[in-house]
Amino acid sequence: MRVGVITFPGTLDDVDAQRAVKYADGEAVPLWHGDHDLKGVDAVVVPGGFSYGDYLRCGAIARFAPVMQEVIEAANKGMPVLGICNGFQILAEAHLLPGALVRNHKLHFVCRDQWLSVENNTTAWTSRYDLEAEILVPLKSGEGGYQADEDTLKELEDNNRVVFRYVGENPNGSRNNIAGITNAKGNVVGLMPHPEHAIDALTGPTDDGLGMFLSLLDTVVKA
Amino acid sequence: MIDTVKNAESTPDQEQPYKELGLKDDEYARIKEILGRRPTDAELAMYSVMWSEHCSYKSSKVHLKYFGETTTDGMRSKMLAGIGENAGVVDIGDGWAVTFKVESHNHPSYVEPYQGAATGVGGIVRDILAMGARPLAVMDPLRFGKPDAEDTKRVLPGIVAGVGGYGNCLGLPNIGGEVVFDESYQGNPLVNALCVGAMRVEDLHLAHASGTGNKVILYGARTGLDGIGGVSVLASETFDDSVGKRKKLPSVQVGDPFTEKVLIECSLELFEKGIVVGIQDLGGAGLSCATSELASAGDGGMHVWLERVPLRATGMTPAEILSSESQERMCAVVEPANVEAFMEVCQKWDVIATEIGEVTDGDRLVITFNDEVVVDVPPRTVAHEGPVYNRAIQRPADQDELQANTPDSLPRPENVLALIKTMAASPNLASKKWVTQQYDRYVRGGTVLAQPSDSGMIRIDEETHRGVALSTDCNGRYTKLDPYEGARLALAEAYRNVAATGATPVAVTNCLNFGSPEDPAVMWQFEQAVKGLADGCAELGIPVTGGNVSFYNQTGSTAILPTPVVGVLGVIDDVRRRIPTGIGAEAGETLLLLGETREEFGGSEWAHHVHGHLGGLPPKADLQREKLLGQILVAGSRDGMVSAAHDLAEGGLAQALVETCLIGETGARVFLSGDLFTELFSESAGRVLVAVPRTEEQRFTDMCTARALPWRKVGVVDPESNALEIQGLGELPLDELREAWEGTLPALFD
Repeated sequence: MRVGVITFPGTLDDVDAQRAVKYADGEAVPLWHGDHDLKGVDAVVVPGGFSYGDYLRCGAIARFAPVMQEVIEAANKGMPVLGICNGFQILAEAHLLPGALVRNHKLHFVCRDQWLSVENNTTAWTSRYDLEAEILVPLKSGEGGYQADEDTLKELEDNNRVVFRYVGENPNGSRNNIAGITNAKGNVVGLMPHPEHAIDALTGPTDDGLGMFLSLLDTVVKA
Repeated sequence: MIDTVKNAESTPDQEQPYKELGLKDDEYARIKEILGRRPTDAELAMYSVMWSEHCSYKSSKVHLKYFGETTTDGMRSKMLAGIGENAGVVDIGDGWAVTFKVESHNHPSYVEPYQGAATGVGGIVRDILAMGARPLAVMDPLRFGKPDAEDTKRVLPGIVAGVGGYGNCLGLPNIGGEVVFDESYQGNPLVNALCVGAMRVEDLHLAHASGTGNKVILYGARTGLDGIGGVSVLASETFDDSVGKRKKLPSVQVGDPFTEKVLIECSLELFEKGIVVGIQDLGGAGLSCATSELASAGDGGMHVWLERVPLRATGMTPAEILSSESQERMCAVVEPANVEAFMEVCQKWDVIATEIGEVTDGDRLVITFNDEVVVDVPPRTVAHEGPVYNRAIQRPADQDELQANTPDSLPRPENVLALIKTMAASPNLASKKWVTQQYDRYVRGGTVLAQPSDSGMIRIDEETHRGVALSTDCNGRYTKLDPYEGARLALAEAYRNVAATGATPVAVTNCLNFGSPEDPAVMWQFEQAVKGLADGCAELGIPVTGGNVSFYNQTGSTAILPTPVVGVLGVIDDVRRRIPTGIGAEAGETLLLLGETREEFGGSEWAHHVHGHLGGLPPKADLQREKLLGQILVAGSRDGMVSAAHDLAEGGLAQALVETCLIGETGARVFLSGDLFTELFSESAGRVLVAVPRTEEQRFTDMCTARALPWRKVGVVDPESNALEIQGLGELPLDELREAWEGTLPALFD
């Protein structure tokens, strides 16, 4: 399994995403924002950070990076793509996923260990989890509030496209406690919390996040 | 008109605003003597900023020498670089070198909390980068005035957001620090920033400009009018009203962490390619500092073409360009053959890089601006041979009175159980989650321990699991009561915190925050604290590898509590055997108290919070005992005998119990004898609460007994219980304690 991990100027969690891929026995392939090809990878992770300093709006500049044009094309053809935190924001800006991420309702950056419930275990990235399993992974973001219009929310809810929901107190004001969503095909997933920081209980709160990368392994092997 | 050297020679009597720039009459006279003429505007700007207290250490130098004098060769054996470099460097084994340093950014943070704190983080990170290391984590010891004061509500949220905003965006985990409240910091909060980085031993870079013909390259952000401070006096003279009013920019610098993140990655790629001869970050005093320090530390001179510096404002004078403190800039010395490769790396990262100068074979730093010489100085006189003052020292007249006013007569509490909760909710002891939750502690995946653990711990090597632990500590009240002992206590606590996580302490850094050096009483505190810290380090056998002095921390004539923040670095050969702070990790744990409890309440949190009292003497620090305690803890961790450990400090055993239960989400039953108030709230040093699995209890206590470390069994962990029970007093439900401990800061600042 070869998984591309994109680095934009200002990307921070690329090393963590690469490590998570390795923990799932995959090969992490670094992709640079200026690249015009995906180096034959099987899947792509768009990691967290502050791409281009979050200038203009989180993810607004990154979506125009050359490598993202390749990602958009591949995603539309069914390649598994995972956007974490800033990566989720970028996928939303690129219209691979609906809705937008806005400033946390309490206005502070929030870093905490967050319980999530798995709401959909049929995507390319969540098949290893039991439905409604509760997992504990770090959440760390200042603009993590998921927002969408009523029609979009209904579309997401009716079609089982909410992948993760926050359990307990809503940490950032997200609509319907949404922490992560998928596209209609289930190959593109975006979430604000950080599964790549929860692959080893030594450095994370748990290893609950590893399931996402192992799920991908199953998806790639089956394909 | 630009003030050139030629112009200065022909107008020897022109009046210059040296006083407004902070220079004394005799300092100005000395500059004239060095140059054999009056300085140009640009030279005056350079000397004034480089001879400032902040850059020249003119009041502290004579005392700081004592650190070197008390450091033995044995202590130095693991030191690869020490005081005088951008940051100290320590060999931690497996071919790794670790560099760490704390710096203050107190005054800017009071004026502009967000940017002051943010650029404080940015500056210390560049110091670490300039050693050739990858910055790995930050910590921030912070001190504020009364928690409910209006100004604290202005300053604290801004400073916390600034520390978080910059560090989070740089991708550096924040793994610890302190938040302390005391009235003395009301008009003068303390923002100290620590950064730790690592590199392979062979990659160490020192700041010097050797090799005639080598190129000096400025790279990173453009140079602007921000952070110019005092030099605007020169600017306002140059630009009179007829030219049009010049918009003054804030003298607090404005940070851009995105630029710094790119600068870090770009610099690391340059280091990796081996094309950098010397490197220096641009911090306080900007180009003045970078060029004079690089030239001064090298073996030749330097020529700088100032008009080549990329600017972000028009019409900047040479003096302004030299003193601008625009952030996110670095200066490198590169061999001519490597300049092209250097520029290629910078282009990849979209970093602006400009060849601004060249190393010459003379011994002068010559700076020209459009072919006219505006600076021609011996660089050592700017960077390293500034004024040195032997300030007057006087033990304060009221020191005896202060020490005589002991806490002995303070009324003891009637309800000791209720006091446990009251103290847990007091601002200084309350959970700092409201603050640390705004900092990313996970990025880069190396964080093994972070707040509220006793020390922060990061993994350095993913193969061998080697890592380092860091703690910063200081109790200003102890230091006020006895500066010598207070500094030793700060050292003892930081040392103990590192050992409590299973790491072996190896090196010390410091950030000495004091009032005005012109006040003999403050200088006495400073001298005593330096001696206490240096003597303490010698006793523990670990060296001070670097530090920072911040004077003039006072409101009016009232100085802050003397606050020598001490940072201790420890090494752990396998982070998987770290000791956590919370109990409940193993089934069936016994609680042991290591060390001795005496009735010591001078400067205690109880006296402060309950009675608003400060007097008497601080607890006694026994550093031989601390050393033994450290060895026992490290041995306990190595042999898997200790499942949790928590240092006893402010708030005593009571607070340690509350925290270890709440962090571990597990109850405990505690049995104590003697005076329960003293047992629970005394702040005797040299004590650690440990949890040992029952199966290891005998082995562990035998080891303590054999090595003559006093220990006592004080309780058992009770996984079935959701309360902290103190036999003879009653029990406190954990959810009630949590509400008390975690509720205080949100109630104050949300």
